[in-house]
Amino acid sequence: MEDLLAARAQMAMSLAFHIIFASIGIAMPLLMVIAEGLWLKTKDETYLTLAKRWSKGTAIMFAVGAVSGTVLSFELGLLWPTFMAYAGPIIGMPFSLEGLAFFIEAIFLGIYLYGWNRVPKTVHWLAGVMVLLGGMMSGIFVVTANAWMNTPTGFTIEDGKAVNIDPIAAMLNPSSFSQALHMTIAAFLAVGFAVAGIHAYFLRRDPQNEFHRKAFAIALCVGGIFSLLQPISGDISAKRLAKYQPVKLAAMEAQWETERGAPLRIGGIPDEEAEVTRYAIEIPKALSFLAHFDFNAEIKGLKEFPPENRPPVAIVHYAFQIMVGCGIVMIIAGILGGWLAWRHKGLPIKNWYLRFVTICTPLGFIAIEAGWTVTEVGRQPWVIYNIMRTADAVTPMPHLIVPFIGFTVLYIFLSIIVVILLRRQIFIYD
Amino acid sequence: MTMFQLEVYIAGVMLMSLIVYMLTGGADFGGGVWDLFATGRRAKDQRELIKHALAPIWEANHVWLIVIVVLLFVAFPVAFATIGTALHIPLTLMLIGIVLRGTAFVFRTYDDQSETTHLRWSRLFAIASIITPIMLGVTLGAVASGTIHVNVETGIVETDFISSWFALFPFAIGVFTLTLCALLAAVYLTLETDNPELQGDFRIRALVAAVSVGVMAGISFLLSAEGAPSIRKGLGNSIWSVPFHLLTGAVAIWAIWAIWKRHYPLARVLVPIQVILIIFGWGLAQFPHIVSPNLTFSNTAASKSVLQPVLIIVVIGAVIVIPAFWYLYAVFKGRDDKTGSLIEQNKTDI
Ligand code: HDD
Ligand code: HEM
Ligand code: HEM
Repeated sequence: MEDLLAARAQMAMSLAFHIIFASIGIAMPLLMVIAEGLWLKTKDETYLTLAKRWSKGTAIMFAVGAVSGTVLSFELGLLWPTFMAYAGPIIGMPFSLEGLAFFIEAIFLGIYLYGWNRVPKTVHWLAGVMVLLGGMMSGIFVVTANAWMNTPTGFTIEDGKAVNIDPIAAMLNPSSFSQALHMTIAAFLAVGFAVAGIHAYFLRRDPQNEFHRKAFAIALCVGGIFSLLQPISGDISAKRLAKYQPVKLAAMEAQWETERGAPLRIGGIPDEEAEVTRYAIEIPKALSFLAHFDFNAEIKGLKEFPPENRPPVAIVHYAFQIMVGCGIVMIIAGILGGWLAWRHKGLPIKNWYLRFVTICTPLGFIAIEAGWTVTEVGRQPWVIYNIMRTADAVTPMPHLIVPFIGFTVLYIFLSIIVVILLRRQIFIYD
Repeated sequence: MTMFQLEVYIAGVMLMSLIVYMLTGGADFGGGVWDLFATGRRAKDQRELIKHALAPIWEANHVWLIVIVVLLFVAFPVAFATIGTALHIPLTLMLIGIVLRGTAFVFRTYDDQSETTHLRWSRLFAIASIITPIMLGVTLGAVASGTIHVNVETGIVETDFISSWFALFPFAIGVFTLTLCALLAAVYLTLETDNPELQGDFRIRALVAAVSVGVMAGISFLLSAEGAPSIRKGLGNSIWSVPFHLLTGAVAIWAIWAIWKRHYPLARVLVPIQVILIIFGWGLAQFPHIVSPNLTFSNTAASKSVLQPVLIIVVIGAVIVIPAFWYLYAVFKGRDDKTGSLIEQNKTDI
């Protein structure tokens, strides 16, 4: 394997692994804080049991999230030294703030996980709130760093060097808001449905189990609410792409020709040789409308850009379809749940519905991975859009295949253990 | 260079973070060492004690390392790129150690509690706890050794990927780092229990570690003549160096005496001072080089518009983080106000 390819594969694998645990680190504290808050309010011990059991599973996830995140921060230098020598000072602001957020998260996490009997109840709950805030801030800051790679601002170039650096302008680049919003919602959405799905599975066997009913209710509310917000934030992202990264949007939609009234494509096979997309279901003018709120707006096609500046079209197109597809299924699950709850004035635990929610368990995480594939592969061949090519950023280190295989084996091993341990945590009490 | 340039402050913050990381995270590694060498009738109790001491705090302690990395790439980007390139291999090994150590530690708590499974995770945790500080030390040793050559203008590293770290001096520093971690952990652990027998176990371990620290310090100093000449010059010839060495040595001997005499609270203060003096002395000797011989703090520093906001964040961060840490330690390391005894371990439910 070529070294550049190995480096990209290692980065992608490490990020794909980390993002699962990071999302859980962002969203699980919300579920725990809600459960514990309800316990403080109602004095119903089931809520306390719930918060404690959730916190046990989360402890495992946090540890894996912290160590895999540490690997990432070193990998930036191990794999992309040229990129970091150039970009480090410019995107340093969010990373420095992220360090602060990690401290807050990790300190209060220690208090939350191990301090049940050591600090007063409200202090304990507040520690949970701090973990939640710390996790959300970590995610937001690191995503603004990624957003900068998509829409680099806050500096000027002289003799190939970045000068006049304004770290705040770099952090508040045009992609930061939409990406951070979309990512944060994605974390709550994915974790909400994953947890609801697990408890739905148990409710099908034991519909009257108070523990699972309460857990299901909280998780489904979180997942359902955020599922409705996600397409709105996704649309904000798409509009921003139309303006700043039209080539990525064209790849997502497998749009070759520049045209007015461009259609939205579902499925289809992009042929990069012939520069056409075959067999897609086309919804007339929908893309123009979604990107510009105007059915006849012009959409730039891939042919507008020289082939060496286009991302791999098929990967980006399919990844986008997978993300949106998963999103639509979860929106349906959310709306149905709300409607059933309203109709029956109670928990939506019809058997078919529980089965449906069980199927949703992995969908949010699949969508997160697919969404990041859209963002990252869609930015290729650039590591910093229109400024630095990925091929120019890679380390001169040879034999990168070795660490790639090493970390892959390590992460597969960890994934297997995590699954086994979670199964134990989930099933041991039932 | 005057003492008032921004990058010097950032370098100071990095050195301080490294010291805090050694005093906290380093001691966590040392906990792993003593987990491996848990022996005798009380082996199981020793492991339990280590586990309870580490569990609530290791994730927070670990963040200091992230702070160092982030400050390095924000403030001294070329140095970060150089270190990442020339020291790719030891850093990768260190990362694998970090991953295995953290995960083995939690997996041990949440996996089934049979003897064999427990022991298997313990072994992994302990071995990773040994590899990681050695590789950290190797990295620092290589950075100090003056063997990483880089073109300051282009940022191109002219050294190969092996020779700068695969040498006696960096490995001596690696083992030296490990002994420091072990010493810190053993001394802290004497105060984590009220059981005099367990205290005795860790007293012996602290003495062994303290002597090993002395030996490794001597070996490293001897090897530095050839392995790291510029550091040696800094350590050996400056005006401050002789009194500084005498002070460090005196504190070290006083600490050994305190451990010997079972004055644990005194040892608990002296040993960290000893570690601070060692790291501080190394920092002074290396200054103004960040990666000797070519890269200095000033020729790799990012512009003022970058450094200023970073320093502001550091100050704000300190205001937020220090009280939070203080609370964390007060909750888990504090003693009962009335009896003065340790808050019972079994009150911390996991
Ligand atoms: C639960 C996960 C999830 C779901 C259901 C969706 N997304 Fe998404 N999407 C993500 C999770 C995600 C993500 C993984 O979080 C990404 C990657 C980068 C980012 O900021 O968010 C992303 C990226 C992303 C991008 C690219 C942004 C960029 O390149 O900077 C667009 C245009 C959309 N999304 C649009 C949508 C639309 C229109 C959806 C309609 C339902 C949708 N997403 C559902
Ligand atoms: C290049 C990309 C990334 C780097 C360098 C990185 C770095 C890190 C590091 C060093 C940690 C460990 C902190 C600790 O010890 O507590 C960490 C944890 C974390 N990261 Fe990342 N990260 C990256 C991507 C992301 C993304 C995309 C997100 C979220 C959207 C994210 C969210 C988090 C969160 C919430 C944690 C806290 C630990 C946890 O919840 O398990 N990170 N990250
Ligand atoms: C956590 C969610 C993320 C995922 C799943 C992800 C995924 C990927 C993927 C698939 C690639 C390979 C693209 C290719 O080579 O075709 C990649 C590359 C890369 N990503 Fe991300 N990414 C994430 C977040 C981030 C963040 C937050 C940063 C930086 C702050 C970042 C920095 C990079 C860099 C430097 C590369 C290598 C250069 C390149 O291929 O463009 N990523 N990532």
